[in-house]
Amino acid sequence: MTEMPVETVRAPRSAAAFRAIGTLFRIGREMTREPLGFAGCIVLAIIIIVAALASVIAPYPPNVQSLGEVLQPPSWAHWAGTDEFGRDILSRLMFGAQITIRTVFSVCIIIGPIGLAIGVIAGFFGGRIDAVLMRATDIVLSFPALVLALGFAAAMGAGLNTAVIAISLTSWPPIARLARAEALVVRRTDYVAAARLYGASRMRLLFLYIAPMCIPSVIVRLTLNMATITLTAASLGFLGLGAQPPAPEWGAMIASGRKFMLDYWWVAVMPGIAILLTSLAFNIIGDAMRDILDPRYDRS
Amino acid sequence: MKHFSPSQLGKRLAQLVLSLFILLAVTFVIGRVLPTDPVGSIVGELADPAAYAAMRERLGLNLPVYEQFFVYLWNLLHGDLGMAALTGNPVSSDLAQAFPATMELATLAIFISAFVGVPLGLAAALFRDTWIDQTARVVSLVGHSIPVFWLGIIGLLIFYAGLGWVGGPGRLDVYYEGLVPSVTGMLLVDSLLAGEKEIFFNALSHIALPAFMLAYSAMAYITRMTRSFTLEQLGQDYVIAARAKGVSPRRTLFRHILPNIAVQLVTVLAISYGALLEGAVVTEIVFSWPGIGQYMTSALLIGDVNAVTATTIVIGIVFMLLNFLSDIAYAVLDPRTREATS
Repeated sequence: MTEMPVETVRAPRSAAAFRAIGTLFRIGREMTREPLGFAGCIVLAIIIIVAALASVIAPYPPNVQSLGEVLQPPSWAHWAGTDEFGRDILSRLMFGAQITIRTVFSVCIIIGPIGLAIGVIAGFFGGRIDAVLMRATDIVLSFPALVLALGFAAAMGAGLNTAVIAISLTSWPPIARLARAEALVVRRTDYVAAARLYGASRMRLLFLYIAPMCIPSVIVRLTLNMATITLTAASLGFLGLGAQPPAPEWGAMIASGRKFMLDYWWVAVMPGIAILLTSLAFNIIGDAMRDILDPRYDRS
Repeated sequence: MKHFSPSQLGKRLAQLVLSLFILLAVTFVIGRVLPTDPVGSIVGELADPAAYAAMRERLGLNLPVYEQFFVYLWNLLHGDLGMAALTGNPVSSDLAQAFPATMELATLAIFISAFVGVPLGLAAALFRDTWIDQTARVVSLVGHSIPVFWLGIIGLLIFYAGLGWVGGPGRLDVYYEGLVPSVTGMLLVDSLLAGEKEIFFNALSHIALPAFMLAYSAMAYITRMTRSFTLEQLGQDYVIAARAKGVSPRRTLFRHILPNIAVQLVTVLAISYGALLEGAVVTEIVFSWPGIGQYMTSALLIGDVNAVTATTIVIGIVFMLLNFLSDIAYAVLDPRTREATS
């Protein structure tokens, strides 16, 4: 047996990352053929654009009070009416979209990688590591998320960042479970076996061969979670534990509008429509993505 | 399909105990870092240092943190949840009053959501891709997306302020309050026990709207799951065989499909029930319902440590027990897993 130079037995380049990106592109392409899912994408795109351009397109500044125009019903000047301080509700909703979108994406940026890492590590290594990580996941999953988030928000002081952390703490388990299930399948595939035979290290297998393949389904799951995150964030805002006044947070706007709701319905109703549209869009997109990713799914 | 052997049951039980312990630890930490001064809230801000120190000692706050934790656990095990700064009563007696109100609401809601959701899900699966299926899909999609507190406000605007079909916020009209002796704490039950029909109907008119509004999101989940369980069964050979040998569709549904999805449905119902208890927290605010959610949020806003942690623990325990029961429901109810374990 002659000595073999080390360089020649390197594992092949991982194609997993490219395949994962390919899957995401396929989801995007198929989405255009899915009328409902496509509509959801458009609604979400509009919400994001409005949030991004709020300071340009909002007809009024969000926090400037105009006591001469208090509690006006919807009209041409104020499409969604005005609130108890004469502030234009539509403009506040537009600025509120910034808060909601930021909260949702912040939570996803936190829980996506955490859930993916925990799930993939558990699924790849198996055995005791798997047992410990999955028990921890089950335990967090058995906590009542909103109530615990309330407790955390109270302990850390009310505010937007607290809300993001509180929601993140309880919403990573479904991601981890899903990533683990995916990893269990992927680690048995031929290309992983081939890479292993070539001598790829465990870390290399984990990060370059297995984790990327789990990303598409994690993203789908995250999209479905975004609806729940939107609702939880709004609930925290409604209970006074999210963004603080005068920030135009949608849930908080409903809470303050509730005091006048019997005489001035629009103050409490309008922000709810914004919340409903946003989480509806997330749910529809998530559903459509899941259908496309499901191997049993066949359009033709 | 899950298989439960006695040792797995033991493991699941151990997990439940561990979860409870962690829940207690978490609530303890929450209680410690809550930005309020528990001593100051009792003796007042201007109390002299000696009185302050004495109260601090009485509350056990001079002990090391881990000892405080054991004292905390010890007290909890003895049902001592501390005094609520919010009401000045022991938290346990406050909760004993508030909890039945929440239970009543959540229980009625789970019945409503099951009685609407299961048939709707079955119909959606049996008449797949017809207008029934589409309706069920829209209903459940909206149910998953609607903020429950906002739905409550819309409900109040339409059915209370607009149409006047239901009673307003609260559990009873003011002039009926305190007329029935509290036995279970649930007014619907208590008023029937006392034979007070009028009060029963008044209570019913007050609970109907919040219960329906609360039920909606659970109903959406139940519909969706029932549909997918049924679709799964419809593709199975035994259903095709039954239909092929001439069993009527109705009999196939009630004698073949339903028994097979019953266990999964029980699990879904248990999970929904836990979710309803949580949803009740926000719903109660909208309907001024004097339950555990109302209690918790009022306590949160004034930083009442004992009341907040105790409520979190109570809801957490019920939630975990429901999860636990739904897991072992498989072992107990499903004959297939029973055979596998014996």
